[in-house]
Amino acid sequence: MNDQHTAKAFDSDLQDLSRMVAEMGGLAEKLIADSVDALAKRDTALAQRVTAADASIDELQGEIEEKSVLTIAKRQPMAVDLRDIVGALRLANDLERIGDLAKNIAKRVIALNAEFPPPKLIRGVEHMTDLVLEQLKLVLDAYARRDVTKAMEVWRGDEEIDSMCTSVFRELLTYMMEDPRNITFCIHLMFCAKNIERMGDHATNIAETVHYIIEGRPIADQRPKGDTTTIPSLRAAELG
Amino acid sequence: MNSVASFTVPSVTHAAVNAGDLTDKVTIRNLDFFYGDNRALKDINVSLYNGKVTAFIGPSGCGKSTLLRVLNRMYDLYPNQRATGDVSLDNENILDPAQDLNLLRAKVGMVFQKPTPFPMTIYENIAFGIRLYEKLPKSELDGRVQRALERAALWNEVKDKLGANGQSLSGGQQQRLCIARTVAVRPEVILLDEPCSALDPISTAKIEELIDELKEDYTLVIVTHNMQQAARVSDYTAFMYLGELVEFGETAKIFTKPDDRRTQDYITGRFG
Repeated sequence: MNDQHTAKAFDSDLQDLSRMVAEMGGLAEKLIADSVDALAKRDTALAQRVTAADASIDELQGEIEEKSVLTIAKRQPMAVDLRDIVGALRLANDLERIGDLAKNIAKRVIALNAEFPPPKLIRGVEHMTDLVLEQLKLVLDAYARRDVTKAMEVWRGDEEIDSMCTSVFRELLTYMMEDPRNITFCIHLMFCAKNIERMGDHATNIAETVHYIIEGRPIADQRPKGDTTTIPSLRAAELG
Repeated sequence: MNSVASFTVPSVTHAAVNAGDLTDKVTIRNLDFFYGDNRALKDINVSLYNGKVTAFIGPSGCGKSTLLRVLNRMYDLYPNQRATGDVSLDNENILDPAQDLNLLRAKVGMVFQKPTPFPMTIYENIAFGIRLYEKLPKSELDGRVQRALERAALWNEVKDKLGANGQSLSGGQQQRLCIARTVAVRPEVILLDEPCSALDPISTAKIEELIDELKEDYTLVIVTHNMQQAARVSDYTAFMYLGELVEFGETAKIFTKPDDRRTQDYITGRFG
């Protein structure tokens, strides 16, 4: 294959875009880790830093959009090049959302102030975070290497995060039923868990985009689903 | 869940609609073409569908203009050039030596890269071709000239100066005059060889708009180096390389997800 464009500046435009997406990915990973760290360690100062750092992710997204629009206008890309640019736009969107979700966790840490749940409860959330970080790392790697097999692994791996979220939900539910005073932090914690579960969904989105960039068509399969908290029978059983 | 599954790259505007009811206007089978000993076309097999626009793309020297020249036997004007194989227009082999070339060229009109108005009045530029094939009373001829100019979206600009020299028009107008001249003799197939390469963007847009309208009545073939133009105006695209037809298919597919590596390299600007 001939990897290089006759117009070499076009190659560097595309490389710049990929590099910016990778940089955004790195920032998103750090925000996730820091926000959950702040939650586990009850570190409101760290939480404050996370809320502030989200702005740089937003800024990068703006730059990626600008660069993409300019590249489309200048180069009028076709086929794989066009998918590359559209993919960068989509990835930037997903990563920006991940940043927002991390920021939301940090805000909850600040809101909880001194009132913190027992570490045992936070462990489930931490475990989910480990899984999400692993997924995100893998999928960003799949993007950097344009590796469709690896992207598909991530796509299938989302199920585990979803089922972890379901078990955190159950655990928090019993805790809240035990003592209504637990409700505030349990609700906050549940939102944190849900945020992390959503990050996993964004990692899955990214896997789908990577597949699209490489193959030029969407993934044919149904997306795997492990989150059962919205299934009515479960809800009835838990509440009844 | 918002998923990438629900989105595709915006497809080109004139993507082919119903592949089911396509009929061949021109069928090319096992076509070889020679400039002396040089084999410029190698075993070309392709169909040009009725009422559709087919674009031929490829680097210079790939044979796309040669292929156009076969479709109205233009090459007959030159010694040492010959075509073998089968090219049928409505099931009639146009390569047949007995083929009436005047009739063929009335059926298969051609517009060239550079506008080539005759050094005569605008009116005569159009009427000239009609008179070659038909004897019409003046009033009827006037009507035909007007309709041809209207068809080429030029009437409003020239109706008050039909007596002016065709060469006094702007480049874009001259090209539309040439299209009007082609349309005036009521062809069935129109060949466009780089029709916009010498035109400014606005004239180009007018010609593209015209191509869109003309396909209601004609089968069009366009050769262009402008990939975006091919993507915009055509229903089908053929990629040629070194005298071979590499890939042929719906335009939307060729420009978004071509099957052949060489097509992809060419349309994305990776050809060495």
